[in-house]
Amino acid sequence: MYAYALKRLIQGVVTVWFIATATFIAMHSVPGDPLLNERGVNEEIRRNLEERYGLDRPIFDQYLIYMSNMVKGDFGISFTQQNRSVNDIIREHFPVSAALGVLAIVFAGLGGVLWGALTALYRNRLPDVIVMFLVILGISVPSFVIAALSQLALVGLNGFVGFSVLPVAGWGSILHMLIPSLVLGLGTMAFLTRLMRSSMLEIVNADFIRTAYSKGLPPTRVFIKHQLRNAILPVITVLGPAIAAITTGGFVVELVFAIPGLGRFFVQAVQQLDYTVIMGTTVFYGAFLVFMVIAVDLLYGLIDPRVRLK
Amino acid sequence: MTELSLTAADFERITVERRVQTIARPSLSYWRDAWVRLKANRRALASLYIVIALLFFTVVGPWVWTVDPTAQDLDQLSTPPGADRRAQIVEPYVPWNGVFTAINEPPAETVRATAEIRLAEPASTQAVRLVWAPVLGASGYRVYRNVYDPAPDDAVGLPLAEIYDPRQVSYEDLLDLTPTRYWYSVIATDRNGREAEEYTTLAVDTIRVITAAEAQTRGLVDLESPLSLGDEVRVSFHPLGTDYLGRDMLARLMYGARVSLFIGIIAPFFFVLTGILYGSAAGFIGGRVDQVLMRFADFVVALPFLLFMILFKIAFGIGPGESGVVPMLVALVVLSWPATARLVRGQILQIREEAYIGASQLLGAKTHYLILRHMIPNTVGVVLVTLTFAVPTVIFVEAFLSFIGMGVAPPTPSWGSMCNEGIQTMLNHPHELILPAALISLTVLAFNLLGDGLRDALDSRMRSRE
Repeated sequence: MYAYALKRLIQGVVTVWFIATATFIAMHSVPGDPLLNERGVNEEIRRNLEERYGLDRPIFDQYLIYMSNMVKGDFGISFTQQNRSVNDIIREHFPVSAALGVLAIVFAGLGGVLWGALTALYRNRLPDVIVMFLVILGISVPSFVIAALSQLALVGLNGFVGFSVLPVAGWGSILHMLIPSLVLGLGTMAFLTRLMRSSMLEIVNADFIRTAYSKGLPPTRVFIKHQLRNAILPVITVLGPAIAAITTGGFVVELVFAIPGLGRFFVQAVQQLDYTVIMGTTVFYGAFLVFMVIAVDLLYGLIDPRVRLK
Repeated sequence: MTELSLTAADFERITVERRVQTIARPSLSYWRDAWVRLKANRRALASLYIVIALLFFTVVGPWVWTVDPTAQDLDQLSTPPGADRRAQIVEPYVPWNGVFTAINEPPAETVRATAEIRLAEPASTQAVRLVWAPVLGASGYRVYRNVYDPAPDDAVGLPLAEIYDPRQVSYEDLLDLTPTRYWYSVIATDRNGREAEEYTTLAVDTIRVITAAEAQTRGLVDLESPLSLGDEVRVSFHPLGTDYLGRDMLARLMYGARVSLFIGIIAPFFFVLTGILYGSAAGFIGGRVDQVLMRFADFVVALPFLLFMILFKIAFGIGPGESGVVPMLVALVVLSWPATARLVRGQILQIREEAYIGASQLLGAKTHYLILRHMIPNTVGVVLVTLTFAVPTVIFVEAFLSFIGMGVAPPTPSWGSMCNEGIQTMLNHPHELILPAALISLTVLAFNLLGDGLRDALDSRMRSRE
């Protein structure tokens, strides 16, 4: 177990190192010049700027500086927002994204398990048909479309009621988080529902369920203690990819709902070619995702004793 | 000894009746069986038809509907589907001096009265000319325009003009007029420039007008046919309306489908092919090579997919006039092959141990025969299912990237970039978002259901328990 965890961690570190290097190479192969936008820069100012950002050094030196700074946890200064360090940007905006993401995961997880169990219980009857239709819809409609449509619906609702029931966009209170996180979690919820349903159906006819019934357990107890607990395991395995999906899905939802999260900043930085911010946030996101997946895998080993991690 | 003369007729053939097991129905090949199963699945069959219709729409569509997707129709910006196409012939635009009153009242500290607005002449898309009754004590007026009724929450909309002369009681609106209903509000201002609390709003329905010369130069009527004032002509036809730049939605959806479906089908094809080659090589050779190859695949899987798509995109950089489709294809192939490689390797390793392979080898089958006769037919079903499920995933990725402005570059339309543009104007012109979004959803839905059906038909082990 510990050997396995150590191995996965080392693998994760190597992956993050590769992400950092690839980001560096990608940024340096971009055609153009980061100082191109500075209007009317004469030679001297240009040289000063290059010196300040370290652009006058050989590329390998730049790489070493970049790596050593990154190991120290310093991502540098933003190119477009003067005097704002990338660390500040991450520190300020990541909690917003994280709050949104955690709520979305909670929605997706609870919803997926609940709906999946429900559809399995009512298999091929009306609730099953309705929910599975919605699930297929949820898998097929892109998140930005759902986000935009829910915004339209909110505008309509607020107009109909006559006062603002739920804010259409922005950030601040728990009310602002409700609809965006629901939208963000919807695709994952649909996916988890499908998974939960099939894993429930697989278990319904298992021997230990029959045993549980035959020893006289009440159906609710069988449902909660035997069916649900066993069926939930596959849902936990896909939680890693689900976190990744929700993190990247956050880019779009934050953009549509005007939420000041890191995802929106990342997209803006990409559009404005803000080199340091792109590099910093990419490595940050990359590391976050890689270690999240590892954490979920290790967690799975703890929860399910049948899984031997090696 | 009597001679027996026997002829052939004396003999009777005895038929031995033995109950042998016979095959009651003609035996079905794997593919025939799969086809029968697929045909029985109504959902899968319907989605197959949808996929064929979409391909038809994409490939044949631009030949049938030959409107240029980049041509702008400036008469019709953001027109919804099925909009009124009539336009009245009017005289060319003549400047208007406006209306002035002779009142010369000093501006008051506060203004309460409201100005009664009326139209000086019928409103058209050429100009809307407003005249209002003068307000005593006003130092000037402000004119606003909105596309919906401002009544409930004083949303007067776009500020059109600030008039500092209290004698001027008219305003001519020439700004970007479309045939729709506008709500004009005129608010009087007091001595300090504050707006009065009360104001009046006038709802104005504009009609589409065009001058005779313009109608002729735009090819709406024959050059010879005489046009008199008040005649009706029809502006060019856009069955699904136009976008915010006046480009035909139907043509753009067709060309966008080319980009989206091209990426959606070609990219999976290539990465599945790469995955097959890689995975089967690893599975066949086995041993150390297998270990190293699969460790590398594990590593590629661990890379965060969308981040690297964005990185690739930035690194490639897109020159002017390029659509950015090729970089996206390359990035998709480079990042997506490991899943198929793992799958194929697993299949190969599993099949290699099957008894029928051993039997085949005992009967003297050569390696290439084993591959062609047993390995490929037994993996192709699984691979086909993977391919079908990869299509919607890739279409999603393309839409996502185009939506955040990292996909294909404008003016090349793709469904994702059309959604991105449509979302800016979704409050007033929802069709610009809903049409491409509906097509994305329909395509993804169809491929998902088709994938489900194919999996049930082709892969006996993965058959879902419905």
